[in-house]
Amino acid sequence: MAATLETKQQVEEMAGEYKYGFTTDVEMEMAPKGLSEEVIRFISAKKDEPEWLLDWRLKAYRAWLKMDEPDWAKVNYEKIDYSDIYFYAAPKSQDKPKSLDEVDPELLRMYEKLGIPLREQEVLAGVEGAAKVAVDAVFDSVSVATTFREELSKAGVIFMSISEAVKEYPDLVKKYLGTVVPQRDNFFAALNCAVFSDGTFVYIPKGVRCPMELSTYFRINAENTGQFERTLIVAEEGSYVSYLEGCTAPMRDENQLHAAVVELVTLDDAEIKYSTVQNWYPGDKEGKGGIYNFVTKRALCKGKNSKVSWTQVETGSAVTWKYPSCVLAGENSVGEFYSVAVTNNFQQADTGTKMIHMGKNSRSTIISKGISAGKSHNTYRGLVKVLPGADDVRNFTQCDSLLVSSTSGAHTVPYIEVKNPSAQIEHEATTSKISADQMFYCRARGLDEEEAIAMIVNGFCKEVMQHLPMEFAVEAQKLLGLSLEGSVG
Amino acid sequence: MLKINDLHISVDGTEIIKGLDLEVKAGEVHAVMGLNGAGKSTLANTIAGRDDYEVTKGSVSYFGKDLLELDPHERVGEGIFLGFQYPVEIPGVSNLNFMRTAINSVRKYNGEEAMSAAEFMKLVRSKAAALKMDPEMLKRFVNVGFSGGEKKRNEMVQMALLDPKLAILDETDSGLDIDALKIVAEGINAQRRDDTAILLITHYQRLLDYVQPDVVHVMIDGKIVKSGGKNLALELEEKGYAAVA
Repeated sequence: MAATLETKQQVEEMAGEYKYGFTTDVEMEMAPKGLSEEVIRFISAKKDEPEWLLDWRLKAYRAWLKMDEPDWAKVNYEKIDYSDIYFYAAPKSQDKPKSLDEVDPELLRMYEKLGIPLREQEVLAGVEGAAKVAVDAVFDSVSVATTFREELSKAGVIFMSISEAVKEYPDLVKKYLGTVVPQRDNFFAALNCAVFSDGTFVYIPKGVRCPMELSTYFRINAENTGQFERTLIVAEEGSYVSYLEGCTAPMRDENQLHAAVVELVTLDDAEIKYSTVQNWYPGDKEGKGGIYNFVTKRALCKGKNSKVSWTQVETGSAVTWKYPSCVLAGENSVGEFYSVAVTNNFQQADTGTKMIHMGKNSRSTIISKGISAGKSHNTYRGLVKVLPGADDVRNFTQCDSLLVSSTSGAHTVPYIEVKNPSAQIEHEATTSKISADQMFYCRARGLDEEEAIAMIVNGFCKEVMQHLPMEFAVEAQKLLGLSLEGSVG
Repeated sequence: MLKINDLHISVDGTEIIKGLDLEVKAGEVHAVMGLNGAGKSTLANTIAGRDDYEVTKGSVSYFGKDLLELDPHERVGEGIFLGFQYPVEIPGVSNLNFMRTAINSVRKYNGEEAMSAAEFMKLVRSKAAALKMDPEMLKRFVNVGFSGGEKKRNEMVQMALLDPKLAILDETDSGLDIDALKIVAEGINAQRRDDTAILLITHYQRLLDYVQPDVVHVMIDGKIVKSGGKNLALELEEKGYAAVA
């Protein structure tokens, strides 16, 4: 507490001293702890942002001040002290591991199983002095990245950090930023609007089918975009893109709070396929540490016949609060949500989707597979809403829960609001347990315990896994087994 | 090959197997017969390594090794196969994927390279054909929606693929019509060689019309009370367990 108080005083002092100082002092690389208009001005100045974006951030900040942290999710965590967080460029912490010897051995074992080379392990685990070049050396990203960039620009695809895009394509960014997730949408989204560090901007021009999965590029350039990531993807008429974020390797991060915002927009006949593999540090076996992952992801299917498909494999983070949603505004638009959420030890996940049907004949599919092990809690929370003007809407929802341990919890909270009598809504839900019989059957065919769990769980998740891009599905399957290692009981 | 000495097994604190001796040599087929609750399945599951079964006394050696020290998958690697009385369903996992994983796990255990997809497909197709299994069954999820007979046939295909040294078949004949029974018997006979042994666990002597055992054991209340040739099975069928024991 004393430290917090001290920091607060520092901030106040600095704020007083540097009325404009934050914006001019280029020597300074970090903002002090806590959040204030000065800190936001500082961030914006650091990024050399235009006035409109600074105003936009400030507006969000003022809204955020009046908002309350949501408490309706089935998750428990220690209250976050927002005055004790660095919102821009946290200094390198003193307790960074000096070498891999100081890293959670469980984490290292997982790296080994995933076949990650030593030097790269150091980078992922955040070992002090482990240079980013290690990753470059492994992937040779410079040459690969250049090749990709050329190919993409030939197709007219814009793919860059959102900071770059603000400078190079201000009109496009201005046109769409915050149109899908309004600033005041929720507490964490407002926070993100105020302080977002960086993220990705993708623009697919009319009629273009993006020549590659944007995953490949992203993964080799998986520079830590920080805790307040912002992604905006716009697919113009008749275009298509498949985007994949995340990494199967569990990543340590000094920042405990992650509050990202992802906005997708599809115009007439456009399609975006967005896949996530989230494997942030879940904390240790006693439930100590781990990331709070509070993410707002939403798609606006604006155009006729447009489509957005969310696929997520969530295995990491101590607390997950995440509902990738679709606003189906266009006629005949399609929203899909395929999710696997695995929780082990003391992890908590409250995740699901919202399908808001506004357009006539819009359709949505929700397939959610929750797997809980250890003492974890796994909740599916979803909303299917049909507005009065949306005729002939169809939705199919299937929520399956698999209990791996008898000390874990699986919860399903589906909300259905239908204001149009022509809608056809289906909901199916099951809860089952990995049985000792299934385990023994697999083991009596030569599979060790880990392989047996992986096989049963992957079978359970099959309907979701098959929606992942090919090259990622194999890794994700392996990951499921690893996340649940030693948890059957 | 298999030598069991004064074996005692408890489940949840209740003794089920109460001092059992059994020796099975390479090239032999043994039938263990007994009524429900005699402990036949407990014996089979213990040899395969199921952990709900606690060995309180006695020993099980397999090719001179202490079998009880090995994990279930290691026992499979060493050449032991258990054909299940009630094969379980594994939704979402294709039979092909399951079988290929099984084969490659055993190969890995023995330090061999994984079998290529093409090689595996050739092998599995020939084994399935030999047991008259519809190739479509290979694509379906493991045992999901299979009839009783299909499940048992599936067990036989798995046995043929893994080619065990010691096969323990737990009530493989139960629930089969006569045609299925004949096919299963063919599968068992095909596995019968000088270097393999088979332990048939069964209620009825019906299967033994098609698979001639070398030795028949009568099991009552956790012990083998009588052993003899194949005529013992016929005698049991005729006079009942009480009279024979």
